[in-house]
Amino acid sequence: MSDVVHPNPLIALVGNPNSGKTALFNALTGARAKVANYPGVTVEKKIGQVTTPAGRRAAIVDLPGTYSLRARSPDEEVTRDFVLGRLKGEAPPDVIVCVADATNLRMMLRLLLELKQVGRPVVLALNMFDIAERQGIRIDLEGLTQELGVPIVTTVAVRKRGLANVLAEVDRLIGAHAGEPSWHEPSADEIRAAHRDAGRIHKLYVKPPLRPDSWTGRLDGVLLHPVAGTLILLAILFLMFQAVFSWATPLMNLIDAGFSGLGQAIMATLPPGLLRSFLVDGLISGVGSVVVFLPQILILFFFIILLEDFGYMARAAFLMDKVMGAAGLHGRSFIPLLSSFACAIPGIMAARVIDNKRDRFATILAAPLTTCSARIPVYTLIISAFIPNRVVWGFANLQGLVMFGLYSAGIIGALTVAFVIRRIFWRGASEPFLIELPAYKVPDPMNLLNGLLLRAKIFLRRAGTIILSAMVVVWFLSSFPAAPAGASGPAINYSIAGMLGHFIAPLLAPIGFSWQMTLALIPGMAAREVAVGVLGTVYAIGGGHGGTLANVLAGQWSVASALSFLAWYVFAPQCMSTLGVVKRETNSWRWPIIMFCYMLALAYAASFAVYHIAAALGAG
Amino acid sequence: MTEASAIAIELGQAFPSVPACEARGESGLRLGKLRRGARGRVIGIAVASAHTRNAVDPHELERRLLEMGFVEGARFEILHEGPVRRDPIAVRLDETRVALRRREAHALIVEIDTDSPTA
Repeated sequence: MSDVVHPNPLIALVGNPNSGKTALFNALTGARAKVANYPGVTVEKKIGQVTTPAGRRAAIVDLPGTYSLRARSPDEEVTRDFVLGRLKGEAPPDVIVCVADATNLRMMLRLLLELKQVGRPVVLALNMFDIAERQGIRIDLEGLTQELGVPIVTTVAVRKRGLANVLAEVDRLIGAHAGEPSWHEPSADEIRAAHRDAGRIHKLYVKPPLRPDSWTGRLDGVLLHPVAGTLILLAILFLMFQAVFSWATPLMNLIDAGFSGLGQAIMATLPPGLLRSFLVDGLISGVGSVVVFLPQILILFFFIILLEDFGYMARAAFLMDKVMGAAGLHGRSFIPLLSSFACAIPGIMAARVIDNKRDRFATILAAPLTTCSARIPVYTLIISAFIPNRVVWGFANLQGLVMFGLYSAGIIGALTVAFVIRRIFWRGASEPFLIELPAYKVPDPMNLLNGLLLRAKIFLRRAGTIILSAMVVVWFLSSFPAAPAGASGPAINYSIAGMLGHFIAPLLAPIGFSWQMTLALIPGMAAREVAVGVLGTVYAIGGGHGGTLANVLAGQWSVASALSFLAWYVFAPQCMSTLGVVKRETNSWRWPIIMFCYMLALAYAASFAVYHIAAALGAG
Repeated sequence: MTEASAIAIELGQAFPSVPACEARGESGLRLGKLRRGARGRVIGIAVASAHTRNAVDPHELERRLLEMGFVEGARFEILHEGPVRRDPIAVRLDETRVALRRREAHALIVEIDTDSPTA
């Protein structure tokens, strides 16, 4: 390596979780980070560009946080293989920047001792140095540099302090000889020895804080309290859902208006025909129906990133571990399942934090049952059409109660599915729950903003690729062949989708679905809420009644059919994007196929039961 | 951190107490049995007996516990207990805070301070 000039060196950021590694990455690269996937694995690769003081254009990679190079999850495997230069298609890093929380050095010293065996030059960045100073932690930097044999720089990533020094050390170390690689997976005794070593070094060069952080202990006294802590967690969840559903509405209306305005502008300029239909009904309404969820997803991620940066997520996992454990899951499964309330896709992606493959797959399989925001338009339509808006039991609104029931059915369904998978199919083996409870930190607004921008970018890119192509397919199926001249009824009736609807209709007749309902399910595969638009099309053109869609439905469907349709939407795999993400995350077609089949079976069974019970009670 | 516990940390680091662990063998006090407020020192890890229902083998569990800082000589204090059946537990472990289930904590043989609330 050392004989090359290194005009474009590669820098790897490695560190414990909660070390402020991502904050340092954001500070170094600004908001220009790109996210890609490592070839063959499904771990996000965050890469950015920096210019070093010597004028080199360096690429900098933010590797997943880890406590050791002994990888335990797919994320940690990427970190290990990347620093060892084993990752296929990736060059080994020229310099490793080991990022440490200066207030919690001991854990990191062991990781640093491991990194030194990799055979690449290492810089140690003591991050959050201001907090360490405030606490009166005295670190003998000179002594520590000598002892460890690596240069040390102090940084405060959130204040952009020390960044130039990090890059100056990188410049100095490029091409430096760093010894032969000698890393191997340590045995228990080697870990003990490394701990003793780290403990000895820590004791020699780091004096304990004069003013230790007392906030973490005081806050934990409330936030981890068996009663108060649980109530606060529930209050936070309640606030999150209020925010996701009420704060997002004006923004969603705005996006909706923007897309329909665009559609109308095209309607006005282009002559009727295939191209106009493709642009308006295929592209604009299709992509618009997905992009409209951006505000909800961003609000949800706003809370998730905020709570994560604050240090609360580990506490939520602590409080929820027993509940998750009852379903055979891990405390960490709580976050992915929570994210799935916005959309199963980020939820399934968030399952990467789970070390154990079986826990991770069980979480992924259960995630789409939690009520995602795409179900809301469908639920709202059917509820407003069929459930009377009146007060029951003196205080509860019946429509709200049904909505609550649908959410509960989703949660119970998800936990039951996880339970069945973990207790029946994959019995016995349960992953140890062993997590660090990091010190609470005031979240950095810039870090939050960067995180949100990144999520928005990822979501919009998905909307522009996978979802776009799915919508094009759906448009094609719903438009060809065209209706014959002089035909009555909606054009979709004559299309491939219409034929499929008529073909499948007898299969769904036992659960009370008319052919129109069946037909709506087919374009609804692209995104759940598209079904609402299709019902609009079918009944507007087919029936020719006036009034709102809800009124039309109330006149056409029986209550039993409507309830059956709701039950179907709780369980059915009505989302191709979710199946696509599951394929990508599990790297196999097996899991999306299993997911599709089990959800379909559950939906059919639930709708069948609901339809017949409701009909027997006189709602047929 | 109190002065007394700071001294105790130094003592703990000075005497990693491997012989004590061997002398007590599997019969020592287990972290998994202790209640909130208990504090003391880790004196050994005995994964073999405790974990038949774990996804990871005993050696892997031992290494994970070690990596999180449950090494012989480490000072601990049980800070919090989970809301359901007092499980999991949050433990101050030297300078860090770690949460784990009682099932895994059962693998840790500990010695409690004489002035600590008892099990």
